[in-house]
Parts: sequence; C-alpha cells; structure tokens
Amino acid sequence: MSSRRSRSRQMSSSRITDEQINDLLTKLQAVLPEAHLRSTDRVSAAKVLQDTCNYIRSLHREVDDLSERLSELLANNDINSAQAAIIRSLLR
Amino acid sequence: MMACHFLRALFRIQQTSTSSSSSGRSRRIRRAAYASMAYSAGTRRAWSRALLRKLRSRARLRFPRRLSRAATPQRRDMDQAQVLRKLVPGGPSMDDCKLLEETADYIRCLTTQVRLMQTVMDSISS
Repeated sequence: MSSRRSRSRQMSSSRITDEQINDLLTKLQAVLPEAHLRSTDRVSAAKVLQDTCNYIRSLHREVDDLSERLSELLANNDINSAQAAIIRSLLR
Repeated sequence: MMACHFLRALFRIQQTSTSSSSSGRSRRIRRAAYASMAYSAGTRRAWSRALLRKLRSRARLRFPRRLSRAATPQRRDMDQAQVLRKLVPGGPSMDDCKLLEETADYIRCLTTQVRLMQTVMDSISS
C-alpha cells in the first residue's frame, strides 16, 4: 500500500525509485500552467498526470483551432514577404 | 528553426490550395504544425522520432491513439500514465521515467508551436 517504499522490480533497466519519479513529476509539473502556484514538495502523481493529460488535450485542440483559423485567413489574405519578415523578427 | 519551416509550409499551402478546399487546407496546416515541431526536435527525442515516422508514413495524425500493445504500468501510482501514453507520440513504448521526461519536452514544444501560430495569425490579420 505504501508508495514510499521503492519498488525494485527488476527490469532490464535500473531500479526506479520514488525519488526519481517524484523528481520527474516535479519537472513535469513545472511546464504546466500555473506552475508557480504549486508547492514543489512531494507531488501527487495522479494529480500531475491528470493535469498533464488535460493540458496536452487542450494544446492539441488549440493547434486544431489555430489551423482552421489560419486556413481561413490564408484564403482571404496573402502572406507577403514583409509580413514574413515581421513574423520572424517577432519570434527572435 | 521551427518558425522558418512552418512559414515556408504556409506559403506553399497558400499557393497550392484553391478556395474550394478549405478543410483540406486546414488539415495541411495542422500537419505542417506537427511537422515543424518534429523537425525542430529532430531525432534527439523519442516523441519527435515517433512523430517523424508517422509523418513520413503519411499516416493520419490522431491523438489519442489506440494502445495496441500497451506498456504495463510499472508502479501503482503511475496507473494514470496509461492515458498519457496515448497522448504523447511514441508513448506506448516508453517506460514510466522516459514517458515523464519526454512528456515535459513535448509540452514545451507544443506550447512554442501554439505561440508561433498565434503570432502568425496576429501578423497576417493586422
């Protein structure tokens, strides 16, 4: 029942410890929105994973949505080289 | 660089699509978005390698994908990782540690791509 005891399942790779998993979960949490609002102590694996899945799904939806909107824009407007230069400079 | 690849793709898509193919155009843009993400990470990452394989095989890009040979959860508290595996390219063949590392990188790349697309949109429509 305790998740503190590290489980030493012998895989072909090395033993995965609680600390390793917690460290990776903390790093993952840091790329989620509102990361600064959360404590960096022991994180709940279930919560981080769930938040992560939700965030990835919302990012996928944004890509879909932006693709459609860009498609409509391209139908009505031309991207000229001046705009391309502006975009590149904005992204530096 | 991600932006150059994506912009070139947009130019090409605009030049080669007609007014009647709007849903095809948005699909091509979406594909270009994932392609530019994959090229920016190159072969350095498992998720980008998986994405490149998918793009080159012309397979449909769908998330979440079905887990045909699901990796068994290795730890009880990582059961939810099964859902995550379906969302990250290459997820099904990753162990828990790899999955967490790759996911963080994948998210960083996705957010960059989204910002790029928003910038392009703002710039074209102004």
